[in-house]
Amino acid sequence: MAGSAAPVVGVLALQGDFREHIAVLHSLGADARPIRRPEELAEVAGLVIPGGESTVMDKLSRAFGLAEPLKAAISSGMPVYGTCAGLIMIADRVLDAIEGQQSLGGLDISVRRNAFGSQLDSFETDLDIPVLGDPPVHAVFIRAPIVEDAGGGVRALASLGDGRIVAVEQGNLLGTSFHPEMTGDTRFHEYFLGRVRSA
Amino acid sequence: MSNTESTPGTNSNELGSNRVKRGLAEMLKGGVIMDVVTAEQARIAEDAGAVAVMALERVPADIRSQGGVARMSDPDLIDSIIAEVSIPVMAKARIGHFVEAQVLQALKVDYIDESEVLSPADYVNHIDKWPFTVPFVCGATNLGEALRRINEGAAMIRSKGEAGTGDVSEATKHIRTIKAEIAALSAKSHDELYVAAKDLQAPYELVLEIARTGKLPVVLFTAGGVATPADAALMMQLGADGVFVGSGIFKSGDPAKRAAAIVKATTFFDDPAVIAEASRGLGEAMVGINVADLAAPHRLSERGW
Repeated sequence: MAGSAAPVVGVLALQGDFREHIAVLHSLGADARPIRRPEELAEVAGLVIPGGESTVMDKLSRAFGLAEPLKAAISSGMPVYGTCAGLIMIADRVLDAIEGQQSLGGLDISVRRNAFGSQLDSFETDLDIPVLGDPPVHAVFIRAPIVEDAGGGVRALASLGDGRIVAVEQGNLLGTSFHPEMTGDTRFHEYFLGRVRSA
Repeated sequence: MSNTESTPGTNSNELGSNRVKRGLAEMLKGGVIMDVVTAEQARIAEDAGAVAVMALERVPADIRSQGGVARMSDPDLIDSIIAEVSIPVMAKARIGHFVEAQVLQALKVDYIDESEVLSPADYVNHIDKWPFTVPFVCGATNLGEALRRINEGAAMIRSKGEAGTGDVSEATKHIRTIKAEIAALSAKSHDELYVAAKDLQAPYELVLEIARTGKLPVVLFTAGGVATPADAALMMQLGADGVFVGSGIFKSGDPAKRAAAIVKATTFFDDPAVIAEASRGLGEAMVGINVADLAAPHRLSERGW
C-alpha cells in the first residue's frame, strides 16, 4: 500500500444502496463509514452519495441538519462521488425535480431525473470510459438520470452511443448516472479513492 | 432456472435483466413504500419522503371491512398516480393472475406486487414472473415461501404481516421466522442442505446460495400492520431492508405528519431519541384490529403457497 493509513471515506446513509458502496470501498482497503449526522461527516476525507431516491435524501439531509455541512464540505474541496441519485444531489440544476426539491450543488450541470422513462426502460450496457482504460465498463442504469448540459469546467467521462453524457467530473466532484457499486467492477471507486488520497 | 444472470459484454442495451429488476429494489432500501388510493395521497406520500408508492383502490383495512372480491386497480387511477409523482409506482395484481400483471406492465408501473391482499385468482400457481420486463415483489411468511417466489422470478420479497390490521405482531413473526431460517441454513453442513431444501420445499440451488451467503439474493422488506414510527424502526432493527406501510398512514389522523415521521424513524431506526421525537404529536393512529381476534379465514397472510 502506498499510503500509510487507509483513507477514511464516508457514504451518505440516509437511504439507498449505501451498504454496497461501503463493501466496495472496504474491499479496496478504505475505512468506509455510513454518514447520517454532521459529526460523522466531520471525520471523513471523502464522501460517496449512493443510489436511492434523491427526493428522500434531500428531505432527510435538510431535516437532520446535514445539508449545510455537506455543501460546506463540497465547497471546501472534499472529494465527493455521486452515483445516480447521488449525481442528482451534487448537480447545480435538477430537471423534473418535485416542487421544493433542492440539491447540494457543486457540479455545473443540469441533470434530468428518470431521463429514460419508467423501470421498464432501465437497462445494462457497456461503456467505453477512456479515463479508466480497457475493458469497457459494464454499466447498470436504473430509472437513471442524464446530464443534459454541462458548463465549461466539466469534463465528460462517458457518453452513451447517442452522445448523452452519463459520467462527469469537475474539480473535487465525480458523478455517474449508473451504479458501479452493483457490478463488481471497482475501477470507478479506485479512481475516486485516488482523488481522496491526493486531496 | 433460478438465475437468468445477464450476459455481459454486449453493446446493446439490455432491458429487464435480473440485475436491473433486483437493482431497483436495492435503491429502495432504507425507505418507506406507502399505499395510496388517489393522486392527492400519492403527492402527500412523495412530499413526506416515501421512496415509492403502491397504487390501489382500497387500502387493506377497507378491503377487510368492505369485503367482496379485491382486484387490480382501475388503469385510470394508476395512470393518475404515475402522472402525479416522480418516485417509483407499484401496483398490485392478484396471486396467479398473470393477465392483470400483463396489464400493469402495459401501464408502465415500476413494480408489480403479486399480493395476498387482493383475492387470489389461482389457488395453485403463482405468476411465472421471469417472462416480464417489469420486476415483481411477493409476500412471504417464511423462508421456503420466499425462495419459491424467488424461484418464480420475484425480484424483491416482503414479509407479509397481517395487512389492514395495524397489529404488527404478524410482521414481527414473519421477519423473525425468515431471519431465523436463514441463520439455521448457514449453520448446516453441506450434506444437510439436501434435506433442508426438501423441508423448505425450495430449490436446492437457492438453498445452497442462502447457506453460503447468509442472506436472500433479493431485498427483503416488511409489511402488514406497521402503523407507527416505532413499528417501522422495530422492523428495521429486526433486519428488514425497508418497510411497506399500507393502511397505517392514510387511516390515521394526520397522514402527512405520520408519513414523514415513519420515514425519519426508518432511517434512524437505531436512534431512540430520533424515534421519540418523530413519534410526538402525530394525532390518532389507525384504530386497528388484533390479529388474535381475526377468524382464521380472514387472515390474508395465509393466502399464497
